[in-house]
Amino acid sequence: MTRLFPLRVWTAILAITAVLVVVIPVLHLAVPETSPFHVSSFWITLLGKFMCYAVVALAMDLIWGYTGILSLGQGLFFALGGYAFGMYLMRQIGRDGVYQSDLPDFMVFLDWKELPWYWALSDSFAWTLLLVVAAPGLIAFVFGFFAFRSRIKGVYFSIITQALTYAAMLAFFRNDMGFGGNNGFTDFKRILGFPITAPETRTALYVLSGLVLLGSLLLARWIVASKFGRVLTAIRDQESRLMFLGYRTLYFKLFIWTVAAVMSGVAGALYVPQVGIINPSEMSPANSIEIAIWAAVGGRGTLFGPILGAFAVNGAKTWFTVAYPELWLYFLGLLFVLVTLLLPRGLMGLAGSLRLRRRPAAGAPPGAEALEART
Amino acid sequence: MLLHFLRALACVLALIAAPAWAALDPSLVAQLGAEDSDARVEAIRKLVATEDPRVVEILKALDGDALALIDSGKRAVVVADGKLSDAATGQPAGAAPANLETIVINNRIRGEVGAALAALRLGSSDRAERLAAAKELQGSDNEDALPILERAMAKEADPEIKSILALASASLALKSSEPELRARAARALAASNDPQVRQLLATMLTKQKDGSYNEPDETVRAAAQASLAEINARLRTTEIGLALFSGISLGSILLLAALGLAITYGLMGIINMAHGEFLMIGAYATYVVQGLFRTHFPGAFDWYVVAALPVAFAVTAAVGMALERGVLRWLYGRPLETLLTTWGVSLLLIQASRMIFGAQNVEVENPGWLSGGFVLGGGYVLPFNRIVIVLFALAVLAAVWLVINRTRMGLFVRGVTQNRAMASCTGVPTNRVDMLTFGLGSGVAGLGGVALSQIGNVGPDLGQSYIVDSFMVVVLGGVGQLAGTVIAAFGLGSIAKFLEPWSGAVLAKIMVLVFIILFIQKRPQGLFALKGRSAEA
Repeated sequence: MTRLFPLRVWTAILAITAVLVVVIPVLHLAVPETSPFHVSSFWITLLGKFMCYAVVALAMDLIWGYTGILSLGQGLFFALGGYAFGMYLMRQIGRDGVYQSDLPDFMVFLDWKELPWYWALSDSFAWTLLLVVAAPGLIAFVFGFFAFRSRIKGVYFSIITQALTYAAMLAFFRNDMGFGGNNGFTDFKRILGFPITAPETRTALYVLSGLVLLGSLLLARWIVASKFGRVLTAIRDQESRLMFLGYRTLYFKLFIWTVAAVMSGVAGALYVPQVGIINPSEMSPANSIEIAIWAAVGGRGTLFGPILGAFAVNGAKTWFTVAYPELWLYFLGLLFVLVTLLLPRGLMGLAGSLRLRRRPAAGAPPGAEALEART
Repeated sequence: MLLHFLRALACVLALIAAPAWAALDPSLVAQLGAEDSDARVEAIRKLVATEDPRVVEILKALDGDALALIDSGKRAVVVADGKLSDAATGQPAGAAPANLETIVINNRIRGEVGAALAALRLGSSDRAERLAAAKELQGSDNEDALPILERAMAKEADPEIKSILALASASLALKSSEPELRARAARALAASNDPQVRQLLATMLTKQKDGSYNEPDETVRAAAQASLAEINARLRTTEIGLALFSGISLGSILLLAALGLAITYGLMGIINMAHGEFLMIGAYATYVVQGLFRTHFPGAFDWYVVAALPVAFAVTAAVGMALERGVLRWLYGRPLETLLTTWGVSLLLIQASRMIFGAQNVEVENPGWLSGGFVLGGGYVLPFNRIVIVLFALAVLAAVWLVINRTRMGLFVRGVTQNRAMASCTGVPTNRVDMLTFGLGSGVAGLGGVALSQIGNVGPDLGQSYIVDSFMVVVLGGVGQLAGTVIAAFGLGSIAKFLEPWSGAVLAKIMVLVFIILFIQKRPQGLFALKGRSAEA
């Protein structure tokens, strides 16, 4: 435990976690609505959503910030996890749908008589949990194996992943896929038998998201602090040299790529019951690129940066789309331009260089120094 | 004397023969004023079937609110200029009483009268009137008009009218309650090349929701099936040719979208995610030029597209050069960062165009010489704008090739691409070359935008729909190769269009994307790879 973080950082992590997963839920459930300390369900949903985003940003950081592989298809794995869990939620609706059929409403609408084979086990929660991990993981593994074996890297890889998520989006838009076409899944009623709109259920999902975020952070830290993590950083900085030294970089890349996909999938599975909808637009290339900017804003090659970035960018998005909807795209566009031009190490890098100015002895965050030298 | 006698004889004969066709049943004519709409429709259909020349006048009177009933509803009269005449015979019937009320008809009856009059107008000697009448009859379901149609068809010499009549009578016969009549009609339709006929036949063969066929009789279905197969076989050659053409057409559009990218990405290695937005700027430039021509030179409006070409090129090249100087040159050697930055630029450009031109698509009109097309058999058309765009794409390709391979500027571009340091040492102003090359690539995208404005919607999202496709073309073709880009564009276009008929457009697109992803695994450098010994790809 102590090897992962210094004691000071541990204290900070646990304090923030305590506020997020203990204090805020208590303020939501136990404090009456009239009290100024009450946290409304709006905030629970919003923060729950942000924490799911933060997990994806962490995954993005593992493959991009540490390994140097920019994935423009991370949204695909997020959505796949979401769809896998959405199938279970659709089955939980039971006969409470509009058509009062055992089939999900959209299938009745398409005049299907029975569930397609890949829906067969979707009423089992255990199977769904397996699917949430397996669907994104398997697709990432197969795609990654072929892509990395062919030594597709850099921008080529980014463009190909973008094409992958684009193709998947087009496929999921089709009604024949059996995933609800462009409406996707929505109108969920229950999860494990509990009503999905009840404050207790929502709070439980929220707390779970917080714990998953904490777990992801620890896992990511464990990976990057290990010897394995040093190899990843080496792949980012000088892959050819590493190969000449005898490392099979394929398996290192494939492992971290699959781990990142699974993390995104789990985040998607937590995201869907909280926002109550999943549709193919989650797979649009624009969404996936936005994930990259979360990591970039916070600071690539640091672990707290992406989490910070996911909260900051999405917080700004929430505020802008309500207050100045027409300015949001300007802001996002400028963020892309300015962060890459002026803040290559993101907010964490900014904080680090400010600290550096005050205390010249302190070093930059681990892994960040090499980013500058990279071509 | 003899003449006199013959004249009298003719008169008598006429009187004898008259009842056979001239004397309309007065009660049938009076039925036009019946309370019940069904009875009125029946009367109209029966009157049409008599083919009495007076029927036209009666129906016109009914349509013009000039038909009335007298003698307590037993006799129909036509009212004209305050005078009455018997509807059935045409004999005068005295002055119109002041309180006479004409028959009021509703929309259903009006439609029926229109179809009936059309059926009767088929005998007209005026070609335009016959054509109009034939077209009107296509939508009618008056089964009683069938014999009239068939007689008119036999007499008709004009092929266009004849084919419309054939379609109208066959579709009427298909509604008949007798299976034999329907089967005959289905067989007769085999001679038609009309796409509507295929639609009609295909509809008969499809099942309804409850599982039964739209056409209940099996022999009729077999006849329809045979006719459909015959039509399909005859049109197959045309269709293959047409699919080839749409493949080339789509390919030329992809080429126009990707050619600029082949320069900026292929030659310079800059990933420009805002490339699609340069297409959009070109299309909006066309829209602005169109507006200027409409207000200032309406006489030369047809040529606004030509004037838009240099404008679009100049505007997008200027934006491109500003982007290169202002942003991208700080990012050389950092392709992933370039990708993100240009994505941000594309968002800025989209939002800016949304604020300037509105979020809705704007109207860009085809000039006269670009609208219309060559009409092929079977209702197929080769649109002029598609043909012109294919030629235009080839012209732009030739121009780019000339600039890269035959000009001093092109020499510099190739020099900087191959060895920047060496080019700089020999005095090539590499910074200026970078700027101009990026400007050229962006300007070519602007030209592509002019072409796209002629075939699709012009809106803020125009570029987004092309960005993935154009990157796929460049990646498949291989970096640094114009030839690869050309082959990839036309190849992808043709594959997509040949897959489309049996898989649908969306699935075809997905399959093409998957194909590219698989292909890249096999040949990571694309179709045409530059040979080299570098360990870094």
